[in-house]
Amino acid sequence: MDQVCRWGELVIDSITAVGDFTLFMIRTLRWLLTRLPRGETLWPNFYEVGVKSLPVVALTGTFIGMVLAVQSYFQFRQLGLETRLGGVINMTLVRELGPVLAATMLAGRVGSAMAAELGTMRVTEQIDALSAMGANPVHYLVVPRFLACLFLIPTLTIMADFMGVAGGHFYSVYILEIDIHHYWHNSKIFVSQFDLFVGLFKSIFFGSAIAMVSCYQGFNCTAGAEGVGRASTSAFVHSFVMILIIDLSLGIVLDWVYFLMYPEGVGLL
Amino acid sequence: MIEALLEQQEPLVEVHDLHVQFGAQKVLRGINLTIPAGQTLVLLGESGCGKTVLMKSIIGLVQPTRGQVIFDHEDLATLAEREINYLRLRYGFVFQNAALFDSMTVGQNVAFPLRQQGRFSDNQVYEMVLSRLSEVGLPDSVVHKKPAELSGGMRKRVGLARALIMNPEMIMYDEPTTGLDPIMSDVINELIIRTRRRNPVTSVVVTHDMNTAKKVADRIVMLMPLPRLGEQESQIIFDGTPEELVNCRDRRVQQFINGEAGERLMELRATGV
Ligand SMILES: Nc1ncnc2c1ncn2[C@@H]1O[C@H](COP(=O)(O)OP(=O)(O)OP(=O)(O)O)[C@@H](O)[C@H]1O
Ligand SMILES: [Mg+2]
Repeated sequence: MDQVCRWGELVIDSITAVGDFTLFMIRTLRWLLTRLPRGETLWPNFYEVGVKSLPVVALTGTFIGMVLAVQSYFQFRQLGLETRLGGVINMTLVRELGPVLAATMLAGRVGSAMAAELGTMRVTEQIDALSAMGANPVHYLVVPRFLACLFLIPTLTIMADFMGVAGGHFYSVYILEIDIHHYWHNSKIFVSQFDLFVGLFKSIFFGSAIAMVSCYQGFNCTAGAEGVGRASTSAFVHSFVMILIIDLSLGIVLDWVYFLMYPEGVGLL
Repeated sequence: MIEALLEQQEPLVEVHDLHVQFGAQKVLRGINLTIPAGQTLVLLGESGCGKTVLMKSIIGLVQPTRGQVIFDHEDLATLAEREINYLRLRYGFVFQNAALFDSMTVGQNVAFPLRQQGRFSDNQVYEMVLSRLSEVGLPDSVVHKKPAELSGGMRKRVGLARALIMNPEMIMYDEPTTGLDPIMSDVINELIIRTRRRNPVTSVVVTHDMNTAKKVADRIVMLMPLPRLGEQESQIIFDGTPEELVNCRDRRVQQFINGEAGERLMELRATGV
């Protein structure tokens, strides 16, 4: 009986949480549409998300490009297809790894910091103080962070893509000594503008999810240092899960769109 | 005389049958309170009895589980978010732990309500900030400091300056003198009285300091924590003037104002602490 009660509570709690989160998103969107935040709240967030995240995104991008070259070279070589490497590496980067990596780094670097900052503000009554002075906390704190993530994650993704492509090129051409002409010729055949679009399109959803999840965790932070720590960790974990779910569902939907647009298609092999 | 005048005043805040509950914990039960415009009401009660929660419900920061809060004839529950934001420009709230924005300097903190309104030039704002800071006994040099660089008492006074800067109609002071030295406490008491003399403000002051209570109060209300009350007892165990408080026969009230542990000590002994 106890067990049943506990399961029941768990179900009710999770439904409440989903409802709460949805309301939080709706409120953010409503404030976003009614009044734009002032510059002084906007620029620090843009700086934090766009400028300060660039190095780490660029670094991971480069390494993933090289790792892809190392990994796929071995297998493609057994089939005698090493010249196709360019296609594989660049396609994977632009469609999947670039956006997902940029989003993961953003969730880890910015998302958890946002949750910790807003959580501390909640615990020390700064959020109450905002309301008490007639400033809406969602408008003042959440909307600027949301806009920063929404607008800047595509640029971070482009950075990850670019550095990844450069890393892959460097490793394939200079270390594995694949013919540069074939490498890029194959890339050109297999990677279309649609792939680039898919990557950037997904990244916009990733960015929004990261901002919403992290701010929500911060706003609902429980008291104490432990509460803030927990908010910051769950901001990352929940963002990451959201990224994976969005990635899968958008992947399916966009593939379907692709077949509608280009019924003949181009295969990799 | 003053009482007679106040009686005629319009009520600014009316609290009807207010219940507040967090999860399973009941904090306020059936509170009825009417605060006439211009009154200075001191809220007493032991730690954890719900004074802060009551003040926050009056300005709509805490949602009541049941009951109504009416501010200037408007029921807070019926107002849209936007209207509430607008209404809040008429309040000032001094938080118990100051609640300064730690990403901003002291000056930006104090100027926040002014900037929120956006009616003043930078120079005007700066002048007003400096004069408010000097009123609470802070030197000009703190303007560019971050709240983290100040002492607890200084932070509290910055919070006070921030709440007063708009000359609000109603000010809530949550323990404005706790953690201040006796001299600074008296400066703050004087400030509360002076603010009131200058504008016809309505104030609610939460304090544990009987000096402050006697000095600033027109009326004193004392709350009792719910766990210490029976089912039918009212949570407000005293409501009257400071003189009436001193002469009150209720043992719980007397123990509180004289600072006697009384049966609480026996309880602690019984639990073996
Ligand atoms: N946001 C909240 N969530 C859950 N419980 C809360 C919350 N705020 C207050 N409480 C509970 O309500 C009770 C009353 O709290 P409140 O802060 O009003 O006490 P207080 O009378 O101001 O005490 P003090 O004099 O120590 O400041 C406490 O038991 C506290 O645990
Ligand atoms: Mg309190």
